Amino acid sequence: MAVATPAAGSREPGRRNSRGGFNWTALAFMAPAALLLLAFLVFPALYTLGLSFNRGRGGQFSEWVGFTNFINLFTNDPNFLRIGFPPQGALWNNVLWLVFYTFLSVSLGLLVAVMATRVRYEAIIKAVVFLPMAIAATAIGVIWSFVYFPNGNTGLLNAVLGIGGVGPAAFLGSTATVNWAIIAVGVWGSVGFCTVILSAALKGISTEVLEAARVDGASERAIFFRIIIPMISLPISVVAVTLVVNVIKLFDLPYVMTRGGPGASSRTIAFSMYQEAFPQGRFGYGAAIAIVMLLLLVPVLVYNVRRFRSDRVTA
Amino acid sequence: MTAGALQNTTAGSMPRTTGERFNRFVSRSPVHIVLGLIGLIWLVPSIGLLITSFRPSSDMRASGWWTVLGDPSFTVANYARVLEGEGMGAAFLNSIFITVPSTIIPLVVASLAAFALAWVRFPLRDTTFLIIIGLMLVPVQIGFIPLVQGLRPTGLLTNFGAIWLTHAAYALPFGIFLLRNFFITLPKDLIEAARIDGASNLAIFRTIVVPLSVPAIASYGIFQFLWTWNDLLMSLIYVQSNAAQPMPVKITQLLGTYASEWSLLAAASFLVMVVPLIVFFSLQRYFVQGLLAGSVK
Repeated sequence: MAVATPAAGSREPGRRNSRGGFNWTALAFMAPAALLLLAFLVFPALYTLGLSFNRGRGGQFSEWVGFTNFINLFTNDPNFLRIGFPPQGALWNNVLWLVFYTFLSVSLGLLVAVMATRVRYEAIIKAVVFLPMAIAATAIGVIWSFVYFPNGNTGLLNAVLGIGGVGPAAFLGSTATVNWAIIAVGVWGSVGFCTVILSAALKGISTEVLEAARVDGASERAIFFRIIIPMISLPISVVAVTLVVNVIKLFDLPYVMTRGGPGASSRTIAFSMYQEAFPQGRFGYGAAIAIVMLLLLVPVLVYNVRRFRSDRVTA
Repeated sequence: MTAGALQNTTAGSMPRTTGERFNRFVSRSPVHIVLGLIGLIWLVPSIGLLITSFRPSSDMRASGWWTVLGDPSFTVANYARVLEGEGMGAAFLNSIFITVPSTIIPLVVASLAAFALAWVRFPLRDTTFLIIIGLMLVPVQIGFIPLVQGLRPTGLLTNFGAIWLTHAAYALPFGIFLLRNFFITLPKDLIEAARIDGASNLAIFRTIVVPLSVPAIASYGIFQFLWTWNDLLMSLIYVQSNAAQPMPVKITQLLGTYASEWSLLAAASFLVMVVPLIVFFSLQRYFVQGLLAGSVK
């Protein structure tokens, strides 16, 4: 797709002018990117789309099955979605992530950003919560599997609970707690990102506005909810959208901490895609899950393109 | 200190007397308590693992790492064992072999494309850019099945070829987006003047755009470096030779073999963490700038 752009220009008559009408340089500058994107993103996406309507034995087109893969995914695969009360499966786990991980990360990030402006160790506390951003999810998984270890002699959390006479509990070994335990780790890893972005937004609010509100006798609470939050609503939504994308692509933490278990109880959509396609070798089915992931990201795509367009209008 | 770009002073009116200072401290004590608690939750788990990586594994089984103050005994045996016996040394080198080209290739390719999108006129340029913004969201999973099929006969899956190319390709849309948005803010007069003087696009790119864009290129480079260094999923798919596995894959293998040998797992985890932490602390400013440019722009 991208390569068609400069190629279409070659129909224009000759070189136009030195101020950069069509010329071969544009093609030369775009070509390496266009080739990589076509070969590794665009063409594979089309192949995967085709494969999602196929049995896909051995990763090849073997037998057309229509929507069977998608129908099985949503109605016949308790590991992906089991309707009930409460619902279960990878898709439902992603819903839990979407709601709780996003809300908690943004709220805690905002809390730290606001509180940090009032203390002298602002830079230090921000660096501390930001640190997990640099750490591999694999290492974060090890750090927290160790904290959650179901033995009060080794695992920190059970040792702390043991002081209160509770436990020991196998947080990662029980279907009731495993998703909450991993979501907490996800929040731990993302608060720093939210803090840094929202903190920069907070610095952008003019102090005159806040002073004026204080002179008018507004309470700190009213200032926070009526002035600060509305003024940084755009950065908040941008951060939230980034976290939503993280959720849809989430793979590392469940893979490292539980391998999607116990059973299949902590699988996510991205984990299911890997699990079905590679260890299980169900390529058509795995392709269908990849297409579902892509479709879930379309609303975000629309949001981003709109935001970019409106940016240019105001610029 | 660690400060760098995170340091943004918002010093309010400073209290003048000890009494005022004390009052101010008390009135803000809920803030100090909450931030202190958050600081603990964010630091203690990593410190626990760091201490465990230096404890003999018999100690690790006998008592919690928090008892170490009463009975300090440290060893580097865990590091020696994972580096040599468990192959983390080789995996460390593999991580470097994977990460360096996976960072440089998209850096060069994205800079070239971003320059064309910012400063060379061609038909459907804005449409091309919108398509690239769209491609930013394409999940890596979309390529797994066809690319593994297609790359197997080339032999690239058993050396580093496949992982270099796939890391590069999936990093391009974000890189082009970030760099194009930076390049377009460069002064137009400067570039037009160079054109009038007869400079070619390549000369303008090399002598004006790239030197003026070092902060943006550095931000993208750091992102891509950390992303590929810390990556697990792409390596699981595109590195199919056991001898070429990078550290994150090796650690998941160790987790399978030594489920509760925390001394070994801790040492292995710190080996994968050390390079990003150095990069983070030394180049934090570029990292934060890139984060802000990438998401708030």
